[in-house]
Order: sequence, then structure tokens, then C-alpha cells
Amino acid sequence: MAHHLGALSLALYGASFLCYARILYSPHLWLGRLASGLLAGGILLQYFDLLERSRWVHTVPYNDLYGSMSLFAWLLGITYLGLEIFHRQRSVGAFLTLLLVIWIALLGLLPRGDRPAPPPARGALFAFHVTLNTWAYAAFALSFVLSLIYLAQDRLLRSRRLGSPFWRFPALDVLDRMARSSVYVGLGALILGVALGLIWEHRLSGGYSWGDPKVIITLAILVAYIAYLRLSRSATWRGARAALLCALNFVVVLFSYTIVNLYFTKFHRYF
Amino acid sequence: MKSQTKSAGQGAVRIHVALIGCNHRTAPVELRERAVFTPEQALCAADELRERGILEEAVVLSTCNRSELYGVPGEANPSAAEEMEDFFTSFHKIPRAEMHGSLYRSIGADAVRHLFRVAAGLDSMMLGEAEILGQLRGAYSQALDHGSTGPVLNRIFQGALEVGKRVRAETEVGSRPMSVALAGVKLAERVFGNLKGHSALIVGAGAVAEQVIEHLRNRGIGSLRVVNRSYEHAAVLARKMGGEAVKWESLEEVLGMPDILVASVGGTGAVLTRRMLDRAIAARHGRPVFVVDLGVPRNVADDAAGLYNLYLYNIDDLGEVVEQNKKARESEIPRAEALIAEHLAKFETWRAALEAASIVDDLREHFHKHRELVIREKLSEIKDVSPEERVRIAHITEELIERVLENPTQKLQHGRGLRGRLAGIEALRHLFGLDEEKD
Repeated sequence: MAHHLGALSLALYGASFLCYARILYSPHLWLGRLASGLLAGGILLQYFDLLERSRWVHTVPYNDLYGSMSLFAWLLGITYLGLEIFHRQRSVGAFLTLLLVIWIALLGLLPRGDRPAPPPARGALFAFHVTLNTWAYAAFALSFVLSLIYLAQDRLLRSRRLGSPFWRFPALDVLDRMARSSVYVGLGALILGVALGLIWEHRLSGGYSWGDPKVIITLAILVAYIAYLRLSRSATWRGARAALLCALNFVVVLFSYTIVNLYFTKFHRYF
Repeated sequence: MKSQTKSAGQGAVRIHVALIGCNHRTAPVELRERAVFTPEQALCAADELRERGILEEAVVLSTCNRSELYGVPGEANPSAAEEMEDFFTSFHKIPRAEMHGSLYRSIGADAVRHLFRVAAGLDSMMLGEAEILGQLRGAYSQALDHGSTGPVLNRIFQGALEVGKRVRAETEVGSRPMSVALAGVKLAERVFGNLKGHSALIVGAGAVAEQVIEHLRNRGIGSLRVVNRSYEHAAVLARKMGGEAVKWESLEEVLGMPDILVASVGGTGAVLTRRMLDRAIAARHGRPVFVVDLGVPRNVADDAAGLYNLYLYNIDDLGEVVEQNKKARESEIPRAEALIAEHLAKFETWRAALEAASIVDDLREHFHKHRELVIREKLSEIKDVSPEERVRIAHITEELIERVLENPTQKLQHGRGLRGRLAGIEALRHLFGLDEEKD
């Protein structure tokens, strides 16, 4: 059942991508609404897919790379949809849904972990800790995509090669605001997630593992994004430089999410 | 369905639409300006055309680039197009010979297609321009309020307005700026998004700058300042456009304020140097500034283009953008034509349905007429037919007619393929001589 739901949500994301891509070249109100509707449908089906898995592993499905990436994709979809509604801007949808499709298609190549999570990694506190951190990563991924579009748009504007998509992209100012909104969401989720993680760890062991590479790199990510928010309003960094910084920050996030989780950390490994 | 269809009991409904007019392609401006209809004249012309029996419905569309009469001729007026042409020339007191070759005329689907193309902006001087749709809506609303339209023109003009809207929403035909002034403003929107609350500074008071100001004003620009060497000129322009005039000596002071800078100082060369603009951006705390240089020679130093967060477009850059946009619009023509064809097919379906319903009635009438003739003729030769038998014969022949008509009725009203249905209607008219019978 879960397999079918995953495949169906992928199909809806794919259909949503086609609609978003179509409206980039030829705007159509109903097609835009259909794109958003299909994305929402994909998110809903993926939720049931995750729910199915969470019943099996007795917690939020983050205990292996497959589950974690699946949760990430779902939160990325939700964050984007929220931002789309908030900023009333659909032209980024094609990029986001393409990312979702590729991401979920890659999930198919990963083995599905069937083992339930060990008892310490269960409970609401731990579940919120991981979910919020994954949400933060998803929001940073969104800001990454928005920053890349900003840089592309800026480049087109300077080179004066203004193809069809140029006129459909959001304005630089809108992209900047959307990226910042996304980073705010990410930072909020990350701070709350880290705080819950610290409380959980204290309850479990009575101390804090500040030396764990995952903790160190998470704090580095926190600092990097706070720096981005500050610099993006300064005279010398405002604009393309800040967008580049935001995009580069996400490289650190990716490093933390994959390499650190898989090889370096002691407490944050997938089970 | 009174006018264009049929006068009670007189033959089949035949929906005719006729068009006559001239536009920027067929007539020079000297001729077009003599053929313009003011709104009052448009109503007067429509009334006269109907009163004289040339048309039963009429709408006049008159803009600076076209003067067109759309109408639905009466059933008994096969030479309506000719009469419309006579009316057009005599109304404007233009000798017919002078208009020779400048007037075009279309009938039926071609006339409807022409109107749809006009609404889509495909027949405009500037491909895809938006104004024509408003002008068309105005002309139609005026005629509708005046009562000079009817079911056919209502259907066609409402269809045209829908086509116009769809073409602009679903294709790129009308989406990209086609003038240097609008291109500058649209590009600024690519940087700032909505221009409400943003500010602009106009340096110089050239004609194109004035157009830029108008576009900025239309987009609700927050504040507008005008600087010119002649303060009086700046004050006049500022007053006209609802801005604030600034003295030339204060140029550097106000340079750091605007988000959009439009330079249009004639014959002076670089008025804004890299150093000045660098300072201006610093004063803006690095916020981007969009600069439109309309001057020839250029008003902004070439090396200023490299400044961070400064987007500089000179007149040639904007010209290039307009050229790119023109090509992009042209490449969208087939998609716009496809939408037009879709709406034309809708109209034709409506027309075919009306005509089909009417031709079946006419056929029935035709058969009944012949049936009565035959019964009267044949029964007069037979002596011993009782009244009951006569009634019975009448019933049987009536049933026969209904049975004969059943299949064509189904085929004409619900058959597949518009072409086939229209061809069927034409064939029935021809084979049974329905039009001749009516005449």
C-alpha cells in the first residue's frame, strides 16, 4: 500500500511539475491552480505514505536515509506551498516540483529500512526534534533554489538576454523576500529543533554532547544563516552576493545532512 | 431571433454577417482620418443603416487605425455589402473612386474571423496591443445600449471579447513590452516587482521620458522627481505628471533617493558619471537602482554599468529588448490563431444549430404544402372518399412526412462534424429549392 502511495504522490508531483513548467511559458490561471492542486494532492498522498511507514517503525520515519529523505521531500513541498500562497507567486513551482520529482525518484534507489526505531529514538520530543530539523533543512533547500533563480535572473538582466522565462520569473525583490522568508522558517525550525534535541539528550543522559560533529555543524549552519540574514541587508552584500551566500550555505546543509550523518556523527547516524 | 433569422414563416434562417472597412494596412492616414466615426456618428450610422434596411443589426468600430462597419444584412438584401460600401463613402463624403482599393469587405465566417483577429490584436499596427480590446468593448457596449445590436452581433462581439482576453492570457502575443518607454518600465518591474511605493527621478525632459513617466504613473509609482537644466521645463513637466521639480544644482543630492532613474538629457553626453552613481548607491545602503538612459549621446558613463546593484539599460539595449519581444510575439501568432479558430468553430456550431432547427421547420412546411396540393388534386379525381377516409389519409401523409424528416433532423442537429452539418443544410436548401421558394 505504502509503495503505491509513494508512486502515486510521485506521479502527482510529476503532473504538477508539467503544469508549473507550462505556465512558465504560457500563463494560465486555471492551469496554475491545477498545478498547486496537484502539488497539494501529492503532499497529501505522501503524508499517508509517511504515516504508513511511521506505523511500522513506531515513530516519525527518519530512522534511515530513505525515511529521512522522504520526510524532507514532504516538508519541502509543504514549505513551498505555504510560501507560494503567502507570496502569491507560482513561477518558482516548476523548479521546486522538478527537485521533488528527482528527489523522490532517487529515493527509489535507496533501500527501505524495515527495522523499528530503538526505544530511545521514540517519543514525541525526539520526533519533534528530528521533524523540525528536517523541516529546517527543507526550508533552506527552498531558499537555495530561490537564490539560484535570483542569480540566474540577475545574470539575464545584466546580459540583456531576456528569453520567455525571464518575463515569467518573479522580480528580484520578490525572490529576495521569498528566500529570506524561507530562511526565517528554516532558522525558526532549526532553533526549536536543536532546543528540543538538547532537552531530549539531557533527559536521556543528563548531559550534552557539544563535541558531536552534527552539533558543531548545526551550530555552524545556524551562524551561517544568521549571517546571511544580516548581510543581505547590508550595503555591500545586498542582492546577488547575498543570494550567492545563501546558495553556498546550503552546501554546508547538504554536507551535514548526508556526509556528517552517514560517516561522522556518533549520535545522529541513521539506524 | 427575429431579425437576421426569418421574418415569420418566410423561409430558412440564414445567418449572414458582413463587414466593410479600412485600416492602417489598406488606407493611408490622410484617408483614415476622413473615415473616422465619432461615437455620436457611430450611433447615427448604425441607425441609418437599419432604417434604410441595409442592415438589421449594426456595430461601428472606429479607432485611429481602423473604421469598420459590422452588420447583419436582412434576408431580402443580397447586395448588402455593396450598399454598405456606398453608405460608408457617402456618410464620410469621400468619393468612391478615392476609397477604391482602400476598403475591404468580408462576409460570413471571414467577417467573424476578422473581428476575432482584431480583438486578439493580430490585426493591429503593433502586434498584440491591448488598447484595441478596450476600444472594441466600448464600441460594442455603446451599440448594445443604443439597441442597434441583436442576437447575432451580440454573440459575435461577446465571442470576440472572450478571444481577446484568452489570447492575452494564454499566449505571449500581448505580454511583452513593444515600446522603448514601456520596456524600460517593465524591466524595472523585473527588479522591484510592484512599483507602488517606489520612487523615480527623471533627469531631462525628453518626449520618451514623458512616456516613461506616464507608464510609471499608471503603475502607481510612489514619488516622482524631475530635474532639468531649465527649472521651468522641469516644473511644467512635474506639474503635468504630478511630480516634484528639482533644480539642476541639486542633482547629486537627490540622486541617492530614487529606485528608478531615467536620464533623457539631449545633446550633452555623460551627465551621470560612475562616481556620482557609486555615491548614490552608497547613499541608498546598497539598494538596487534601475537606470534607463534614453539620451543620445548617452547620459550615463559607460563604465557605470559595472557598478554593483546598478542595472543600466541605454536606448539601444531597450531597442534590442523591443526587437526580441517583437519576434517573441510573432512566434505566438499560430497559438493565437488556434484560439481564434476554436472560437470561430463555436460560433459556427451555434449558427449551424440555429439553421438546422429552422431548415427542418421549412422542410416540413414545404412538404405540407405539396402534400395538400397532391391530396386536393388526387382526391378530387376520386369520387367515393368519405370524410373519415380523408382524415385518415391526412393523418397517414402527416406521419409519413414526420418519418421522412426524423433522420435528417437527427443528423442536422446532433450529427458529428460541423462541416458535414453545414454542408447538409446547404444541400437541403439547394435540393428542395427553399431559398427560391422564399424569394
